[in-house]
Amino acid sequence: MKRVLVANRGEIAVRVIRACQGLGIDTVAVFSEADRGALHTLVAGRAVCIGPARAAESYLSIPALLATALGTGCDAIHPGYGFLAENAAFAQACADHGLDFVGPSPEAIRLMGDKLRAREIAVTVGVPVVPGSDGPLHSAAEVSVLAGRIGYPLLLKAAAGGGGRGMRVIPSASELSEGFAGAQAEAHAAFGDGTLYAERFLRRVRHVEIQVLADQMGRCVQLGERDCSVQRRHQKILEEAPSPAVTPELRARMGEAALALIQGIGYENAGTVEFVLDAESGDFYFIEMNTRIQVEHPVTEMLTGIDLVAEQLRIARGEPLRFSQADVRTEGHAIECRINAEAPDQGFRPSPGVVRLWTPPTGDGIRVDSHMVSGASVPPFYDSLLGKLIVHAPDRTAALDRMRRALQEFRVEGVATTIPFHQRILDHPDFVAGRIHTRWVEEDLRPEMGIR
Amino acid sequence: MDLSHEDVQSILKIIDDSLLDELHLEIGDFKLVVRRRAAGAPLATPGPSSSDVGSQGKVSEAAVWPEGGSEPVVSRGASPAATARRDPVRRGGVEVKAPMVGTFYRSPAPGAAPFVEVGSVVDEEDTVCIIEVMKLMNSIRAGCRGQVVEICAENAAMVEFSQVLMVIEPAP
Repeated sequence: MKRVLVANRGEIAVRVIRACQGLGIDTVAVFSEADRGALHTLVAGRAVCIGPARAAESYLSIPALLATALGTGCDAIHPGYGFLAENAAFAQACADHGLDFVGPSPEAIRLMGDKLRAREIAVTVGVPVVPGSDGPLHSAAEVSVLAGRIGYPLLLKAAAGGGGRGMRVIPSASELSEGFAGAQAEAHAAFGDGTLYAERFLRRVRHVEIQVLADQMGRCVQLGERDCSVQRRHQKILEEAPSPAVTPELRARMGEAALALIQGIGYENAGTVEFVLDAESGDFYFIEMNTRIQVEHPVTEMLTGIDLVAEQLRIARGEPLRFSQADVRTEGHAIECRINAEAPDQGFRPSPGVVRLWTPPTGDGIRVDSHMVSGASVPPFYDSLLGKLIVHAPDRTAALDRMRRALQEFRVEGVATTIPFHQRILDHPDFVAGRIHTRWVEEDLRPEMGIR
Repeated sequence: MDLSHEDVQSILKIIDDSLLDELHLEIGDFKLVVRRRAAGAPLATPGPSSSDVGSQGKVSEAAVWPEGGSEPVVSRGASPAATARRDPVRRGGVEVKAPMVGTFYRSPAPGAAPFVEVGSVVDEEDTVCIIEVMKLMNSIRAGCRGQVVEICAENAAMVEFSQVLMVIEPAP
């Protein structure tokens, strides 16, 4: 692997470019006209404008990306997250043109991208899943039969969905027919596939996910969990590890379940197996697998000292994992806050514009992954992530303190940010006590703050 | 005063949507004259130095038969999209810009004569080059009537989206 095209933008493009540089690999950045002059284009060995602002004609254009990779002499493509990262056709197209795709095989992407198939595989390898349908549900009547078996409330999900999109809660039988039609239409509009399935809706659960790595020789390790229970509308806001709700015994069981799943499909490269956890009973259930590097990967890096993106590149160029499960050690506590250009007091309205001032916190145990600099612009065409603030400290209490101080020190002017919202979370007794669940922000925190 | 591409587009749209043939704009020392041309290529002349506004390369539909396939693959002609122009605007010429990233070819086939040379006289609809994107050949049209005064990209080189390929001096 001599030269990698980074098929992404923003902080993850910068992150991947740095990892490549650390391994002595050349980089080619791509950018749309809206991202001219963006940091990822400045730090790469070369940068190529691939299209207009509209993602469909630039970051999502497979022909433009392949033409650029081949035209600049790249031998591999790193997709980052989002855009084409979990697009099996893109991974296949890379392979067809002799380019190494830094990620799993197209087959693995396809298998895990179909949430119903992923669920079936989990059942096959003995990984617990949320009680629910064994296959697609074609009508409200079929859902009704299922409800007779497992009861309400139910959660309708799109088979082609994921990342929290295309889901709908059905609280009772009276709301079934309308909810089913709505979910089907939504799924069809969002994913071009209206196939639905249903699970029992678990109200008070945590979101706990296991990071895995697997090489081409079939050797795999799990790097422990990340707790991503602080969510708003199924979108993660803040992540931490270790989870306040996971005991060493539970951690081992969840790790084994994650490994069973990826071994079951012959998975390769980095991935994340997501579970919901009932903190009281200690029961956990598989929900989905993400076949890419994730936004919150630095949390695991801070805890284990393993550079996940560098490992992705090493795996993609055929190297065996350099450590075994017994070598994986975690130390201390890490927290990540996603700093978005959004106005929390205005319903998290996106706040694009020019970042007049960007002064991130510094110091021991503080890491900022970002593509921002003072004077950079946040175009309205893409996601609102400005960067990620990650802290690491010997224990959770120290990590919370460090995060509070880092947030206090963070200066951003020109756009609204989620920094004040993170400060509220960090000061809240429920969060400090680790007593939260995936609907805590919506059900408890936001009503308290008087914001929708 | 800085004149952004968006400003130019707005001005051109104002005159395009109007029945006017000419627009004079003066803000302090800044003078701008926009004149409608018979060939349809608007010419913007900011004073005191005179320079022209480029036009995005216009693409015609190209049909190619991919290896092993029997159905032609047709690429849809890209409309001249509004793009921020960072390339130096050449004096007295209309820029033909790449409407897509790809490989630039000056001739229709290896060994064939180039579509145009410096000095060639072209019509608006004439093909001046090809951009290949994953084996799909996209014919790029001149976009205005005039004479080719500069060819800015190397044959068989990769060109970026919006890169200047040629400069055409519009016919009066």
